[in-house]
Amino acid sequence: MLEIKNLQASHEGRALLTGLDLVVRPGEVHAIMGPNGAGKSTLSKVLSGSEDYDVTGGTVTWNGKDLLAMPTEERAGEGVFLGFQYPVEIPGVTNDYFLRTAINAQRKRRGEPEISPGEFLKLLNAKMAFLEMDASFKRRFVNVGFSGGEKKRNEILQLLVLDPKLIILDEIDSGLDIDALHVVAKGVNSLRDSGHAFVLVTHYQRLLDYIVPDFVHVLVGGKIVRSGDRSLALDLEAHGYAADRVGA
Amino acid sequence: MSDTALEAHLNKSYEHGWVTDIESDTLPPGLNEGTVRAISARKQEPEWLLDWRLKAFRHWQTMTEPAWQKPQHEAIDYQAISYWSSPKKPTDGPKSLDEVDPKLLETYEKLGIPLAERAALAGIAVDAVFDSVSVATTFKKTLSEAGVIFSSFSEAVREHPDLIRKYLGSVVPIYDNYYAALNCAVFSDGSFVYVPKGVRCPMELSTYFRINAINTGQFERTLIVVEDGAYVSYLEGCTAPQRDKHQLHAAVVELVAEGNGQIKYSTVQNWYPGDENGRGGIYNFVTKRGICKGNGSKISWTQVETGSAITWKYPSVILKGDDTVGEFYSVAVTNNAQQADTGTKMIHLGRNTRSTIVSKGISAGRADQTYRGLVKINKKADNARNFTQCDSLLIGDKCGAHTFPYIEVKSPTATIEHEATTSKVSDEQVFYLRQRGLSTEDAVNLVVNGFCKSVFQQLPMEFAVEAQKLLAVSLEGSVG
Repeated sequence: MLEIKNLQASHEGRALLTGLDLVVRPGEVHAIMGPNGAGKSTLSKVLSGSEDYDVTGGTVTWNGKDLLAMPTEERAGEGVFLGFQYPVEIPGVTNDYFLRTAINAQRKRRGEPEISPGEFLKLLNAKMAFLEMDASFKRRFVNVGFSGGEKKRNEILQLLVLDPKLIILDEIDSGLDIDALHVVAKGVNSLRDSGHAFVLVTHYQRLLDYIVPDFVHVLVGGKIVRSGDRSLALDLEAHGYAADRVGA
Repeated sequence: MSDTALEAHLNKSYEHGWVTDIESDTLPPGLNEGTVRAISARKQEPEWLLDWRLKAFRHWQTMTEPAWQKPQHEAIDYQAISYWSSPKKPTDGPKSLDEVDPKLLETYEKLGIPLAERAALAGIAVDAVFDSVSVATTFKKTLSEAGVIFSSFSEAVREHPDLIRKYLGSVVPIYDNYYAALNCAVFSDGSFVYVPKGVRCPMELSTYFRINAINTGQFERTLIVVEDGAYVSYLEGCTAPQRDKHQLHAAVVELVAEGNGQIKYSTVQNWYPGDENGRGGIYNFVTKRGICKGNGSKISWTQVETGSAITWKYPSVILKGDDTVGEFYSVAVTNNAQQADTGTKMIHLGRNTRSTIVSKGISAGRADQTYRGLVKINKKADNARNFTQCDSLLIGDKCGAHTFPYIEVKSPTATIEHEATTSKVSDEQVFYLRQRGLSTEDAVNLVVNGFCKSVFQQLPMEFAVEAQKLLAVSLEGSVG
């Protein structure tokens, strides 16, 4: 279970999260919506441990552990995964090598044995087939020369291969055409069970047609100002964030 | 009998046979004609070689140190260097690993060098390294069956004077440059390789097997000759730091490839780089050049340079024969206060000659690095082609990278391509990789290894693995 209490964070002295509370239980999908600059990406980055932000107050616990006390890689070992809005290119490093390095790094953190090359290949092939990815993606350098949609698909591939427990997806739908959106949603939905918790950061309601959330939260001015179910997202689409902005 | 230097150390009677009279002697610091004569005499060299040394010395005296390179260093007092010290006897070195600097052992550990090898690299008396004995013996037998000569330079002067006389100085003439001329005058020892016509050398030749690290000294000399259709792959250096008390290393390497002959020369250099503040460390001022003499021959340099306080070297190829190929693949890493000015020269003389240059420079800390290269296409080099790719990677914001590509084309039929990039190991890359579970250091190493991939692919397999580890060790502490 993820418990965020009164979380405050800033970047270069500017307060971006101003007292955010959120509880995400295993099996739940929470969508975080809000206007530009509301702090959506900040929340994703702070939860995953980016050093670009200073946490100035509040607590975050994940399965009882103090998440804020852990460096990024340790959080990854604890099953925290961030699907990036802008996945980064790593020239000269092939996708399969990168994924195997990552999976073994996480296993090592958990005191588990390394995955055998054969076992890994089987896993990778299965996930790639599921996401309708061409085999050539294995030997391509990480995100180098990938289209926007391919990069996002590659994030979902990493998600499925690494099988984390707390999944934060930062605008995973941005820059996706409808086919890619289908595939991304298929990947995410395949993990929806009592073992996985999701925080979905998105700008647009459209994503939620494909990944139907249990809860929708409106983030404005660095805190959650309204929470509801799926219908809240539709309401926002119809009326915008204006009312909430006034409220904030 | 074609002894290796290793054998020389193992074979007591041989050692005493020629070491006795020089056993306890080290020349006092200083350099004059007398020094050159003394070195030659102690090595019992023939008259012609002494004359050659003297000619080089006299010329050297008229020269001045080059000043065009970017790295600058304190003046070297050539009179303060001792130019000869007798080979270390087994009793001189540490007796066991217990007596070796623990920091050095820690590095070996990180590099994954097997225990027996660690002992040899640390300069422990060879007769204490039991495993090496059988390795060296098998090795020697295989080579002699193939007719390949692989010996110390001194031994080659004695055993194969005609070959040495024919090729010595034929690629790097004694007048070539300041440090090469100095090397010609006072070189101590080195390696000689000769592969006869049509022979493909059955194994990769490595200086490691000769353990000449124990005593090659500052002025090393290497000569490799492959006859028509012959092939050799030569690995220079070992991947262990060598804490030499001397500062200046001025080596010369000459390669000669006859018709359709091929030489692949790989270097992994990890001399002592000095401390974080730039105190100490090796000045690695090396002249390396090969000539593709016969038609269809090929010379390929691959270097991974991670050590030395200053590296100044430009492994080059003279493409004399028609249809010859020259290649230069380089990874150079500078961290802390290290400086490197390195690159290559491809001199196209023959028709249909081709050259490829791939240079990857990595700078971290306050280090400064320069790629300096020359591609020269002569008038008669019809249809010459060159492809150059020069990439720099910066880690942190206090280091520097510079690129000076010189291109001289005198033939209208030439095709020249040059690509250059400068990039950084970005915070975003490191965060991305850490978010997937990698430590900061592993993240940087992954990015750096990806950057170097096209060069590492050129290295023999075991070397590539060591090179990767070496890079990781060299860049330790450069982030975070």
